[in-house]
Amino acid sequence: MTAIVDPINRFARKVPTWVVYIGYLLPIPFFFYLAATGGMGVEPINALEREMGEIALQLLIIGLAITPLRKHAGLNLLKFRRAIGVLAFVYVGVHLGIWVVLDMSLRWEQMWGDIWKRPYITIGMIAFLAMIPLAATSNNYSVRKMGATAWRKMHKLVYPIAALGAVHFIMVQKVWEAEPLIYLAVILGLVGLRYIPSQKATGVASKG
Amino acid sequence: GALGGTVHAQETLEPNTLEEIRSYNNFYEFGTGKSDPAANAGDMVTDPWEVTVDGLVDNPGTYALQDLIGDLTVEERIYRFRCVEAWAMVIPWNGFELADLLNKVGVKEGATHVAFETAVIPEVMPGVRRRVIDFPYVEGLRLDEAMHPLTMMATGIYGEPMANQNGAPMRLVVPWKYGFKSIKSIVRITLTDEQPPATWNIINPREYGFYSNVNPQVDHPRWSQASHRVIGGGLFSAREDTLMFNGYPEVASLYDGMDLTVDY
Repeated sequence: MTAIVDPINRFARKVPTWVVYIGYLLPIPFFFYLAATGGMGVEPINALEREMGEIALQLLIIGLAITPLRKHAGLNLLKFRRAIGVLAFVYVGVHLGIWVVLDMSLRWEQMWGDIWKRPYITIGMIAFLAMIPLAATSNNYSVRKMGATAWRKMHKLVYPIAALGAVHFIMVQKVWEAEPLIYLAVILGLVGLRYIPSQKATGVASKG
Repeated sequence: GALGGTVHAQETLEPNTLEEIRSYNNFYEFGTGKSDPAANAGDMVTDPWEVTVDGLVDNPGTYALQDLIGDLTVEERIYRFRCVEAWAMVIPWNGFELADLLNKVGVKEGATHVAFETAVIPEVMPGVRRRVIDFPYVEGLRLDEAMHPLTMMATGIYGEPMANQNGAPMRLVVPWKYGFKSIKSIVRITLTDEQPPATWNIINPREYGFYSNVNPQVDHPRWSQASHRVIGGGLFSAREDTLMFNGYPEVASLYDGMDLTVDY
């Protein structure tokens, strides 16, 4: 294991976090360009909305995987976790913005009704609102001010947020589709991993 | 005929392009994604094609498609097409009135409904192999709905033979109902004296009623039906208001005395 993990860890130490920000922010204008020029099919609004939502879910999953990867595989990507979380919030924000402006054409009355009446939209909106305090406190100043323990406790909110996001995705479908169910299964699996002690703690790690 | 519903709104209906009509489809036999039918339907062989007509008819039997419809008058009708998913297209169909076909096979006394069935060909239908829903896909109409002059059987679009993903070689078109009622690639037509089963109604009766008339006042439980977006307007295409009966008010008398919030 260490033969693979160590070089990745060494490489990760050298990569600055802004690379992750750029790597995930640049696709946003690219997808808008694709959508505007016919590259996302004849219904680009829905395609773009869905793409942004899916990337947000993927980022949430990556963010949730960082701790288990370190605990169980020795892979240390901790320094990227904040960037991943902030980027997930950005993608959710873009996803929501597309819904409000492009999909619903600013029909406020219909949107307001939908937020209360349609459970999948209610759930999506709750997940978005719950992300706001997390994004707002994703900086060193907030960690210092809140204290590391309280900060960590609050940021555990990301587990229910990710699960709500996956449920939101499942509920948009007309039938039980595999893809959204896989997202939810992966998220629940990552939650479950939190309760499995690390190899070091149990002393079963093989000598390598 | 006078092109039915196109008369009062002829100027406002701008048809979608053939490319749009052929690239954005729901046809679960070929997959649940909007581009799946265009990608997967090409292997379905639609010539020769047989259609079984049975039940309460004078001339039941299994017909080669041409023998069944070859002598019917084909005309073009530009209809709005409103999907239950709150998107819409405008489609220039080529076809004939369903009533002409039903009169030809002879509807027997006592028939009240017409049932339809889509082909099931697992070898060329990946959605069927994956059993994404129960197949065959079935749909039905009340006999007076089926005989209404707006109701047609389409065999082409834009004067060209219908693409497989659009329901070749013959599909139903009921412009005042949500698109899923307009069943594709029909292999069976049954005249019956009871309300026939309808696939989406079986899957989720709360969300999809037997009638499924386009109705901006009756929401789908998971989304509003008050507005929709016409496909093809690009990234900044605005929603438009959905009209009662999809803008075909001449069918309203079919439902006199019915509560359409109950019989949705």
